[in-house]
Amino acid sequence: MGKVIVVTSGKGGVGKTTSTAALGAALAQSGEKVVVVDFDVGLRNLDLVMGAERRVVYDFVNVIQGEAKLPQALIRDKRLETLYLLPASQTRDKDNLTPEGVEKVIAALKRAFDWVICDSPAGIERGATLAMRHADVAIVVTNPEVSSVRDSDRIIGLLDSKTLKAESGERMEKHLLLTRYDPSRADRGDMLKVDDVLEILSIPLLGIIPESMDVLRASNLGSPVTLADERSAPARAYFDAVRRLKGEALPVAIPGERRGFFGKIFGRKAA
Amino acid sequence: MNLFGLFSRNQSAPAARERLQVLLAHERASAGASDLLAKLRDEILRVISKHMQIDQDKVSVRMDRGEQVSTLAVDVEIPFNPAKPTTSRKKAA
Repeated sequence: MGKVIVVTSGKGGVGKTTSTAALGAALAQSGEKVVVVDFDVGLRNLDLVMGAERRVVYDFVNVIQGEAKLPQALIRDKRLETLYLLPASQTRDKDNLTPEGVEKVIAALKRAFDWVICDSPAGIERGATLAMRHADVAIVVTNPEVSSVRDSDRIIGLLDSKTLKAESGERMEKHLLLTRYDPSRADRGDMLKVDDVLEILSIPLLGIIPESMDVLRASNLGSPVTLADERSAPARAYFDAVRRLKGEALPVAIPGERRGFFGKIFGRKAA
Repeated sequence: MNLFGLFSRNQSAPAARERLQVLLAHERASAGASDLLAKLRDEILRVISKHMQIDQDKVSVRMDRGEQVSTLAVDVEIPFNPAKPTTSRKKAA
């Protein structure tokens, strides 16, 4: 049975879809069988970030409504044999995602894949609660910024109350993925530091993704950043996050903290 | 920015951190309280409806938290003929 992961945040634009694509690809690059599932009905974008937007024929809602079989809706990645995408519907209403339908699809995906990664829509409404409902593990994507941290706190509350795990009295495993981290701004004292966010949200850290042009470049090309440039800083951060997700005890290096005195003086102007 | 600017300029991150800590402490507490209110409402309703018929929508439970004292206000609208027709209910069941 595969593991179900929800990538969630509450706030929009923090990097859920980018992170879903990058983590999914990184897991597949390590030989795992992975499906990434877009829960953002009406505003799908995972297909675009994965570079599969022109290959969508059937979607999640078609499967739930019985208009297509699950294997017909799954899109296999052109670069990675073990990576699949289940796209969301762009035209249908999100009320078409029924709890029973979602449960059936997730159960079928769990049987066929090692990892089922659910890309949650922003907000705390139906789409977001359905995306987290069946998760074994939650990845809370947060920017070091007040509104994102507040919304993450709210989402953590929902993960601890509205998921099947929580309702059956089990502990929901939650990880923090800090994205768009800019070490030079944090150094200057104008961005919340890693420790600040960790102290406030008090969930374990899965990784820190530095703010980087490589992320935008990868999405321009329709490629997860771990495939677009394996050696870029964000790609390496996602690869490390995946190793931790698989249970490896790999310490998290905070970007920018190894810089010496001169690096600090001359590095500041960069941002 | 020069070296002197580094020391004189006010940093904004500590303010962000402090504001978040205060806000979230408050929001977490009120999230817990709304749960408590829902529980209280349910249990109070159950007790009252043992003895009289009441309309579920005409009950309000409110809690005000003060520094020294907190108050719990329960408002139940009782219909004109509140006595529960116990015999007819038994027949229906």
